[in-house]
Amino acid sequence: MEANIAIPSDSRETWSGGGVRPFGASYGKMMMWFFILSDALTFSGFLAAYGLTRFKFIDAWPIADEVFTHIPFVHGNYPMYYVAFMTFILIFSSVTMVLAVDAGHNMKKNKVSWYLFATIIGGLIFVGSQAWEWKTFINGSYGAIKTSDERILHFVKDGHQIALSDFVVGNRGDERITHTKKNGLWFVSGETVPKYSVSQVIASYKADPSIQVKSELVNVDKKQKVILSREKGLEELLKGNQIVEGANLQVNEYGNTIFANFFFFITGFHGFHVFSGILINIIIFFNVALGTYEKRGSYEMVEKVGLYWHFVDLVWVFVFTFFYLV
Amino acid sequence: MAHAHESNVKRIWMVFGLLSVVTVVEVALGIIKPEILYLTRFLGTSPLNWIFIILTLFKAYYITWTFMHMEGEKTWFRRAVVWIALFLICYLVTLLLIEGGYLFDTLGPLVNW
Repeated sequence: MEANIAIPSDSRETWSGGGVRPFGASYGKMMMWFFILSDALTFSGFLAAYGLTRFKFIDAWPIADEVFTHIPFVHGNYPMYYVAFMTFILIFSSVTMVLAVDAGHNMKKNKVSWYLFATIIGGLIFVGSQAWEWKTFINGSYGAIKTSDERILHFVKDGHQIALSDFVVGNRGDERITHTKKNGLWFVSGETVPKYSVSQVIASYKADPSIQVKSELVNVDKKQKVILSREKGLEELLKGNQIVEGANLQVNEYGNTIFANFFFFITGFHGFHVFSGILINIIIFFNVALGTYEKRGSYEMVEKVGLYWHFVDLVWVFVFTFFYLV
Repeated sequence: MAHAHESNVKRIWMVFGLLSVVTVVEVALGIIKPEILYLTRFLGTSPLNWIFIILTLFKAYYITWTFMHMEGEKTWFRRAVVWIALFLICYLVTLLLIEGGYLFDTLGPLVNW
């Protein structure tokens, strides 16, 4: 029996008892740091994989400014502003967190509670904003045609991208409608049939000479997508076999599907960190309010949770740069 | 921590100001995209991208050192975390980006635009 269990052979306290503090850091804090280190490596793995894929498709990668152009309640083309707002929210909630830690060092219970509360609100606003960003991305903005060789074609007029609904006229021509549960077979619904058909889009393109097709290819000198001539555009359009509206894991109206996959995966993984951070903050908030740490005589738990929260902010700084800026 | 019981509130707000200014600069550059920075090339990418990367590392430094209070930890504890992260991330990123460039160089010519 004694060979299998660890029995303290002398009366000295073990590390887990909290008496010995290597590097002057408590067990919990040190382990939080090493957890953060491993989590940072996970995120850098994702971002580096994104980098590899982007380099692989460098001549046809979506331009972030043309993808994330929306802000809530306002129509128009506003790249960057919304994600900048999200960045501010997260940095600010990091500040309230560090203020809570600071107040904890001075044993000011009320201040710690209020700052933690503000941090939780900031986190909720951030997650809400991210949900809106996802919703906008999933619903799409313009609509596109996918060709048989997996290319995405956009439509432009006077150099600006336009939506399918801006120029497509006539009717689908094939009489197809979405099969819903209430028609035909019970509790069976079919794939959503887009409002327009490919042939209808091609006919509308032929009818309006001011419409041009924009390919995925990037002009290296101008860093803009190449706009095709009318003839070349028609040639590409005739290869079209699918209307794409919005983005998901199979198709992406903004360009390469793997861009959408990485977007969902990286911002989703980060958003899940924010979500779990909020949950932990809420638990700690109640502990503070109930006076748990006051009785314990130390607010170090706030500090440890704070480390995690700052890490979430730190990761966002990198996601912001590599998804939206670079 | 030697100064665990003094208040750092002033410094915290200063760092917040600094991070905000850097973010505003990043966003402004991202919206304006000055052609001289955006359309020229320097060390494999545009100078604008280098500016973004440097500003990001600048922000990461301040978040880690002040907000996460790395500056107050013992030297070798700090190094045990930061050096490992820096070394492994640089290693990974270098290899993967070289590999990505190679994939484009070999597969790119096969794609018919």
